[in-house]
Amino acid sequence: MKRALDLVLLIAAGLVAWEAMHLAAPFALTSPAESLAKAWSMALSPVFWPHAAETAKAFAYALLLAVGGGLALGLSLGLNRTSAEVAEPIMISAYSLPKVTLYPVILLIFGLGISAKIAFGTIHGIIPVAIFAMNAVRNLAPVHLKTARVLKLTRWQTLATVVVPGALPEIVSGLRIGFSVTLLGVLIGEMFASQRGVGYVIMAAIGVHDVPTIMATIVLLGIVAVSASAFLLWLDHRLHHRAS
Amino acid sequence: MSRVGALRLLVVGGFVVALEVLCRTGIISKLVLIAPSDMVMHLFRILTSRKADADILESLTNVVIAVLLSVIGGFAVGAAIHSFPRLRRAIDPFLASYYALPFFAFYPLFIVLFGLGRGAIVAIGVLFGVVAMIISTLTAFDRIPRVLVRTASVYRMGPVEAALRVKLPSAIPHLFTGFKLAIAYAFIGVIAAEFIMATSGLGYSISYAFNNFDNGTMYGLMLFVIVFVTAVNAIFHVLERRLLRRWGR
Amino acid sequence: MTSALRNEAVAAPGDGGKPVHARMRGVTRVYGDPVNGVRALVEIDLDLRRGEFYSVIGPSGCGKSTLLDVLAGLSRPTTGTIEFEGRALTGVPDGIGVVFQEDASFAWLTVSDNITFGLRRAGVESAEIARRLDYALRLMGLVDFAKAYPAQLSGGMRQRVCIARTLVMQPRMILLDEPFGALDAQTRLIMGDELLKVWRETGATVLLITHALDEAAMLSDRIGIMSARPGRIIEEVVTGWPRERDSRIAAEHSFGDVTTRLWSVLREESLKSVRQGGGA
Repeated sequence: MKRALDLVLLIAAGLVAWEAMHLAAPFALTSPAESLAKAWSMALSPVFWPHAAETAKAFAYALLLAVGGGLALGLSLGLNRTSAEVAEPIMISAYSLPKVTLYPVILLIFGLGISAKIAFGTIHGIIPVAIFAMNAVRNLAPVHLKTARVLKLTRWQTLATVVVPGALPEIVSGLRIGFSVTLLGVLIGEMFASQRGVGYVIMAAIGVHDVPTIMATIVLLGIVAVSASAFLLWLDHRLHHRAS
Repeated sequence: MSRVGALRLLVVGGFVVALEVLCRTGIISKLVLIAPSDMVMHLFRILTSRKADADILESLTNVVIAVLLSVIGGFAVGAAIHSFPRLRRAIDPFLASYYALPFFAFYPLFIVLFGLGRGAIVAIGVLFGVVAMIISTLTAFDRIPRVLVRTASVYRMGPVEAALRVKLPSAIPHLFTGFKLAIAYAFIGVIAAEFIMATSGLGYSISYAFNNFDNGTMYGLMLFVIVFVTAVNAIFHVLERRLLRRWGR
Repeated sequence: MTSALRNEAVAAPGDGGKPVHARMRGVTRVYGDPVNGVRALVEIDLDLRRGEFYSVIGPSGCGKSTLLDVLAGLSRPTTGTIEFEGRALTGVPDGIGVVFQEDASFAWLTVSDNITFGLRRAGVESAEIARRLDYALRLMGLVDFAKAYPAQLSGGMRQRVCIARTLVMQPRMILLDEPFGALDAQTRLIMGDELLKVWRETGATVLLITHALDEAAMLSDRIGIMSARPGRIIEEVVTGWPRERDSRIAAEHSFGDVTTRLWSVLREESLKSVRQGGGA
């Protein structure tokens, strides 16, 4: 109960700060009330939904590829100690690369269109998922793997019954981050390489300095992102508590 | 060189060689990707002609300022949040989902506040980097062994003294991770902002080259970014290893 | 041999008639809400005599660590009074040293800097610091490791650093919370003897929390046995050992009587604790 109250207090404090900033710079920021009203009307407008659907579609594919690819990469690299050690700094370097600089390459390969957006999202998300999955497997206590060998489990059985459940908490942490950055990748892609999608809506609004639309879109995105993140965080905590 | 280091070199080297072969034989069209050796040549040309110097310097300065603000600000905020567990619990989900928000949409706001130019770009770099530092600071303080906090109590230290003399030194190895992340993200933020919405700087130069079909310059500059980021990461990796070897935890 | 660390007001060895150093009366500690919370300690009465070596044993989870926390001023009791040197406790008093079970050495300081941490902080003059450091290094066998970092030492050595760090402050009472819990059996025996040496040299009052029966029996003047949770001191056993002793006291006739007595009481309480869901 206290936690719900704290959340409400925090949100209230955030809204107050927002209102204060709006009053300080009215042409750069719309008030919370106005933003929410605009967000509401946007959510209901038939003009907005095709964009939202486009983004959602691209995001879904990108997430699938990022998670699938990331898990496959991370789990297989993690099971072998040498491969994990070799791969880790390479993956971390890749993670800290400003992937924005790779966008031209993606566009040249995929052309303008939804596949480019999916690619943007995927390259953002696949690396953190892989890094976390790899570390999750590496950190599995060796005694678990030894037990699996003693029980004469096949490689697939070991994977399914020992590796994945044991590594799950940390994998979920990776999924949390992967989710956020994949969405970011798709949005950035839309911002300068598309005529459709939520990212495009933001970019167009920036172009004509339509601040209410910018704020409203951020509000909508914020609601989606925060709810998904909160859910994954809850899952994360549940799994970690169960494990320890 | 250790065995692992040699393997790494082999993997990366192999990848580069494969790209080179694919490009030279025309399997990958020159319009899409130029051969790595050509990239190097273009980069060399750019650097020696000193054409891109101003842009590179501008971007790097932006990054340094953004990093300093992110690290110091992020640490202070993280340390403050950590002292109020209720606040921390409430704010956790927001911190966790921060990076999904397109906060660079606030760029117009920053232009209004700071005017066109460096201020707005640095602001975005800070927005990218500061939260990573806050999250890492929180984690680092979580990892401080409880026994050290109790030891500080036995010495009858007040909260500030305990934070500076015991908590901070104890958390440094983990704060290092935050430091690395803040650098990486600030860098990404600055380059991305320059790429999308600026009129000078490294990000802008790459975007300009792309729009003018100047693949050579574009890839040369991209290579610069890649090499630079890798070098910085490698330096910090070595520093971190040295630190951990001495301090153990 | 004069000890650089011996305290002034130390009672001569002997039984009875020793002044009380610390006193707990009716101490209760409840975590959480007063009615339904966890009752860690209930109505603890304990007198610690000056210069004695007192051990507290009890089943896992019975509140031994809580007792130490409360006595050291790290934790406030829900009810009851605690006096140290005649004054009621408000926070951690001057003159107390605490050694914990986990390694509390500062990883970022050398062994010497660890040991002298408290002294430098208190502004003690450098000649005195050097003298006490030298003494502590020799007493704890750390002379060769003065410039090393804790990460380079074994667990036992790190605990020695923690003990050395505590004793250079010349505490009049030393509290130890299962200090050797993380160490192997042989190291425990050696460290036990070291602790006795420190005790004799400094003349401090020592309270040792331990779950190891024989350790308590070997080292202590008196042993308090705690019940399963909620913790009460249900019996005190006096060993009557001479001050000059070490682990070889285990060969004494009466040693068996002591451990038998301890175990018969402890066994009951341990079974209760297991039923409560704690470890045995």
